[in-house]
Amino acid sequence: MAKIELNNIAHSYNPHDANPLFALKEMSLSWADGGRYALLGPSGCGKTTMLNIMSGLVTPSHGRVMFDQKDVTHTITEERNIAQVFQFPVIYGTMSVYENLAFPLKCRHFADDQIDKKVKEVAEILNLQDFLKNRAKGLTADQKQLISLGRGLVREDVAAILMDEPLTVIDPDLKFRLRRKLKEINAKYKTTLIYVTHDQNEAMTFADNIIVMDEGEVVQAGSPKDLFERPQTTFVGYFIGSPAMNLYECQADNTNQVSLGMNTISVQTNLDQKNTSNLKLGIRSEYITVEQSSGPNTIHADVIEVEDFGNYKLITAQQDSLRIKAKVKREQVVPTDKVFLKFPAEHCCIYANNKLI
Amino acid sequence: MSLNLGNIIFKPTEQYHLNDITLNFEPGKMYTILGRTLSGKTTLLKTIAGLLSPDSGNIQFEGKDFLAIPVWQRNVAMVYQQFINYPHLNVKQNIEFPLKQRKMDPNLIEKEVSDAIQKVGLKGFEERKIQELSGGQQQRVALARSLAKKAKILLLDEPLVNLDYKLREGLREEFKKLFIGSEASQSIFVYASTDPLEAMQLNGDIIVIDEGKILQTGSAKDVFENPANAKVAEITNDPAMNLNKGKIDNNKLILNNEIQFNLPSNLQSMPSGDYLVGIRATDLYLDDQGFDFQVDISEISGSETFLHLHHQDTKCVATIEGVKSYEVDEHVKINFDLSKIYLFKESGELHYSPYQN
Repeated sequence: MAKIELNNIAHSYNPHDANPLFALKEMSLSWADGGRYALLGPSGCGKTTMLNIMSGLVTPSHGRVMFDQKDVTHTITEERNIAQVFQFPVIYGTMSVYENLAFPLKCRHFADDQIDKKVKEVAEILNLQDFLKNRAKGLTADQKQLISLGRGLVREDVAAILMDEPLTVIDPDLKFRLRRKLKEINAKYKTTLIYVTHDQNEAMTFADNIIVMDEGEVVQAGSPKDLFERPQTTFVGYFIGSPAMNLYECQADNTNQVSLGMNTISVQTNLDQKNTSNLKLGIRSEYITVEQSSGPNTIHADVIEVEDFGNYKLITAQQDSLRIKAKVKREQVVPTDKVFLKFPAEHCCIYANNKLI
Repeated sequence: MSLNLGNIIFKPTEQYHLNDITLNFEPGKMYTILGRTLSGKTTLLKTIAGLLSPDSGNIQFEGKDFLAIPVWQRNVAMVYQQFINYPHLNVKQNIEFPLKQRKMDPNLIEKEVSDAIQKVGLKGFEERKIQELSGGQQQRVALARSLAKKAKILLLDEPLVNLDYKLREGLREEFKKLFIGSEASQSIFVYASTDPLEAMQLNGDIIVIDEGKILQTGSAKDVFENPANAKVAEITNDPAMNLNKGKIDNNKLILNNEIQFNLPSNLQSMPSGDYLVGIRATDLYLDDQGFDFQVDISEISGSETFLHLHHQDTKCVATIEGVKSYEVDEHVKINFDLSKIYLFKESGELHYSPYQN
């Protein structure tokens, strides 16, 4: 186990060209020992490049990779003590479950009794103890994926387990079991787990720290709650949560107030001086409330549609070019023609050039 | 003209794939077949399309024996889970292909194709190759092709399931607009899904299927409010409705002999005895005065947190608004909104719904 640091890492696949293209733009990140991380972003955002840099499959064109303050930038994968779990379970089908789990230790010439102790311990935590003698081939997809994971866990020297969309081939019912198992393992072994996915729900369910990437840049790193409540960029506001955050162009009126079309909205962001060009206001549809009458921070809008999702209602309303989505309780009475929608000041996020102020 | 299925049976193995299915479909209406994986949704659609022949039963369309009409003459369009397109043709050629096969007037083809491209939002992409498109765009091409055919029956088999969640969110909304209020509304639309929210949003009639058998049909609202039995209550809710063994005894409502409530006023008239007690995840809430539950895992879904909980033998899922973090095995206090309790007989049949009359 180790603290992993990426110092001023950047990667270009053509670094010597006059205008190199960067798959990863310069960034520094540090991964605490024992953390549960997710790397999240749409395809092409650079998350796989980042994973490959950590595992050593790619040497970054710029910057340094440190494991416990030791420079491993040019160290090959085998010497980095990284375990990997891929989308599809990689197991030795003809070997028994026991032999599969023992394999990484055998290769490193551990004594038989040491191997036996470790394999049995890991098998128990993964609920594989009853299958140790079975051929790995005959197991279910989630059990196979647990074996892949177990091969990482038997090694006490592993710096981190990197997982690339590990639940892709797992049935929905089994996903639940595996997710819980991953969290338990992280709690028990304090192994750093790094989980790569394009699925927001998957990332937010698994990780206590999420690194959101877009177009080769880290756009936000934080807890699921931070990403949801205080998205650092408009992209994160759109990408996290369903429905996406409502976003509107606005102008700063004074320190704590913006104009949104014909409306005046008080906010808690200090809008003095600089950074007030290309302003946007963002608000989650969950935080918009239906009011009986006009009042501060209230927008009077035409009701376009009210959708009944059973557990909640989604109001779509419009005032000039402002289209507002508000998520309310099913019991909420919504007028059919016009509605007063309140934007509570504490839930309004203000963005300048798409970055949170 | 309506489509009628009568007593359709399909039993290729020991198990029924379709078990005595009788259904009526009216033009201009949207039907959602809601069921879990392997419940018979795809088999049912394929039977309507003519890709499978049932062992017995009949299908009438516009008063004619549909089973006697070969697939290619049925005027049915189908959109699949996988994005099926002709890889060597561009977007426009993909969409016009079935019309050219039919030797339609070229001017008319031009018009229909351009209409369909407009509807699915692919204007400007006409000359693109299929491989140059994202998954969402590829599914739009498949959809445009089926719309341009102006088929009288349009079958959609989980068309969004293979798209990532942001695309799904956007397309789902567009789907509804495509079908409702368009000139194509003289067609019959049948949409298969595993997702209760999708079924609610499409807001047509819901047909609940399980193990090849129809469990309930009705409007989205009615099926949601009054599920015919406990199985329907599970299938039509995500998370599935919480069901626990319970009883009414001596003016108390008791779950699993563990959790005890004073009988709420709405249940006063219910006879004493054993029931299956149902409550939706959204009708459980955090409450300092509530019962002690232990967290099995918390999952994030869109903008909600699903807490999987247990209290001895009582298992349930609670939906908490917003994105929250809970650790495995953490203790929380949970209460039940008793005005939302459902009672099912031990056989599973609905006994009491909070929305009854």
